Amino acid sequence: MAFGAKKSGSGGRGRGGSSSRTGGAAGTGDRAGAGGQRRSLFRRRKVCKFCADKIDDINYKDVKLLQGFVPERAKVLPRRISGTCAKHQRKLRVAIMRARVLALLPYAAE
Amino acid sequence: MSAPRRYELVYIVTPDAPEEQVAAIHEQVDQTVQKMGGTLEKSENWGRRKLAYEIQHHKDGVYVLEVILGGGELMKELDRKLKVIDQVIRHLVVRVDEEQSVADRTRSRRQNTQARRRTARGLPPVPTEGERRRGDSGDDDGGDVGLEAEI
Repeated sequence: MAFGAKKSGSGGRGRGGSSSRTGGAAGTGDRAGAGGQRRSLFRRRKVCKFCADKIDDINYKDVKLLQGFVPERAKVLPRRISGTCAKHQRKLRVAIMRARVLALLPYAAE
Repeated sequence: MSAPRRYELVYIVTPDAPEEQVAAIHEQVDQTVQKMGGTLEKSENWGRRKLAYEIQHHKDGVYVLEVILGGGELMKELDRKLKVIDQVIRHLVVRVDEEQSVADRTRSRRQNTQARRRTARGLPPVPTEGERRRGDSGDDDGGDVGLEAEI
């Protein structure tokens, strides 16, 4: 806390304009928070689907399951979006690659 | 020799091949398996399916799955044979026994820990049907959102 105060103080002395601008931005942020942006402040924690559902083997024949991880462009959905854990993402990737060989999943969307 | 390995073989036959031809290819696979000292554990015909992309200008194909117990040499031979057959437009061989045993192990381990923890808490070792799980409690998040915003 003390460190933060010190830093903002020095910034204020050096570049008065910039500090006032940041103040303005914070103000608009508060206003948005009071309105519609509130939801984005609290992001729901993502959970690995395979851990939650206790799916041990990710099978290349289970097209229905895999399709959920292959969005429009037919690429593999990244972990940062799906929330899949590293272990299961690895298995998922292999399963998708196998399913692609058998034309169960596309390599690329047409 | 150690225990036989389990492989899955899936191949796609052209849609314009008659039923008998699909059966003939299956027969050929079966014979090769028997000749090379393997066993055909399971055979499944998925029927006609739409392909996700065109293979040799075919838009759909007949999928056949065979689960085979045998050695690597056998699968090599099958792979070679299927490559030669023109009616088979795609095939894939996957060894499955190792992954399966890993999956079985993790499942049994999880069940054991669950049973141990539940008995420690004085519950029956296997959860009953109507039991509420922690993840099921629905709308509690709504209150938290408001609180976060106020702070």
